[in-house]
Amino acid sequence: MGQLLRTSFARELETLQTDTLMLGSMVIQALKESVEALRRRDMDVARRLIKEDEIINSKRFEIEADCLRLIATQQPMAGDLRLIAAVLEISTELERIGDYAKGIGRIILLIGTEVLIKPLVDIPKMCDIATEMLQQSLDAFLHQDLEAARTIPLRDDEVDDLYNRVHRDLIEMILEDTSLIDRCNYLLWAAHNLERAADRVSNICERIIFTVTGEFFEFDMN
Amino acid sequence: MTVAIERPAQTQSGGAAASANATGRFAIEAGKMNVFYGSFCAVRDVDMRVPTNKITAIIGPSGCGKSTVLRCFNRMNDLIASVRIEGEVLFQGQNIYDDSVDPVEVRRRIGMVFQKPNPFPKTIYENVAWGTRINGFRGDMDEMVEKALRSAALWDEVKDKLQQSALGLSGGQQQRLCIARAIAVEPEIILMDEPASALDPIATLRIEDLMKELSEKYTIIVVTHNMQQAARISDFTAFFSVDENRTGNLIEFDETEKIFTNPSQKSTEDYITGRFG
Repeated sequence: MGQLLRTSFARELETLQTDTLMLGSMVIQALKESVEALRRRDMDVARRLIKEDEIINSKRFEIEADCLRLIATQQPMAGDLRLIAAVLEISTELERIGDYAKGIGRIILLIGTEVLIKPLVDIPKMCDIATEMLQQSLDAFLHQDLEAARTIPLRDDEVDDLYNRVHRDLIEMILEDTSLIDRCNYLLWAAHNLERAADRVSNICERIIFTVTGEFFEFDMN
Repeated sequence: MTVAIERPAQTQSGGAAASANATGRFAIEAGKMNVFYGSFCAVRDVDMRVPTNKITAIIGPSGCGKSTVLRCFNRMNDLIASVRIEGEVLFQGQNIYDDSVDPVEVRRRIGMVFQKPNPFPKTIYENVAWGTRINGFRGDMDEMVEKALRSAALWDEVKDKLQQSALGLSGGQQQRLCIARAIAVEPEIILMDEPASALDPIATLRIEDLMKELSEKYTIIVVTHNMQQAARISDFTAFFSVDENRTGNLIEFDETEKIFTNPSQKSTEDYITGRFG
């Protein structure tokens, strides 16, 4: 892209991108902390994560308000318009991923300090992959990297495989001992949140592809 | 003089335009059109097909030849001695630059509205009646004037002062009067050269609204410096740019939605997003 004649608008677009990356970093941090807190059954961190989700929410509203203000006052066109439209979508996706972290915080409070019914192995792996995908998608967004946006969602299969394994293990435990239904369910919810978080990274990548090409594209997640 | 362009059967006021426009997909087809001012090539190699009964906007930086191209579409450039036009401009399959074609008839069927409202220093009524009278109109003149003023969304504001001078109207009203004057002679195409640039925002929106209504019956081609206006009102957009020799070129012609959300050419993108380089 050439240099914008409207320097203040150019600066505002950069700020919008930076704010989106900041929101993304907050969400990654929250997701990582939630799984770590689950591993340690750390009630304090769980409560803090639930509280701090409000900060994520307000950051998202702030970004949305900035997008609407730029549309109303600057009449963005073409690539600029697509970027702003993508930021509106991406910030929503990030905020939802933030909700998953808060959800895991709530699950931790439900589980309490009692020993987990199984050691946490696959769930932290799911978190690692999902947050790595998310970080890569934010990099791809910053650099408008079409190739990365197309390949990052391929890793969603790894997260899905792990989720299916967790799901199978927990169902087997329930079948053996129905008194474990609640405790198994809590972990299943946590795993499900991570599986959904990875799905939302794919949505973010779809929006990056739209920003670069102008084409609406949807990954086949099946 | 010979009028070689075949006219559709004219039954009643307004019917001609509608039936004529229904006959072809394209109202104007410019092919390999070059425009010279003396030895200077102002516009080169324009291939452009303007869809019938749609609004087509022509945008581009100053000096890219937007108005020059527009004026070629009804032979207004004939009035400038040094202008020479190569290629062809087809109107209903007929090259309007053929020797056999009467330029006055071309301009009657392809009307024009200018940047600055230019009503005649006559009454409101006479401004509308003038063109049809010299064309030998023999119908009910009062009815024709009312119909044209209604079509131009001006009737309610002027119906009680038809015999007053047109110069007493506001700028926006004068421009709508010029539109009424243009459509009174039942053209098939209306060319507009920055029709709202001299008007305030409210008058501008009224003109834009009017253009949308008129496009149901007429093909409209509008030159505008205001990209938001082009985006708001037009169905198709032509982007012209100017090369290092100061010659205008048609860079991209597409549906307006495509041009303003995802243009194919980088120079279009750079222009509409306010970039250079």
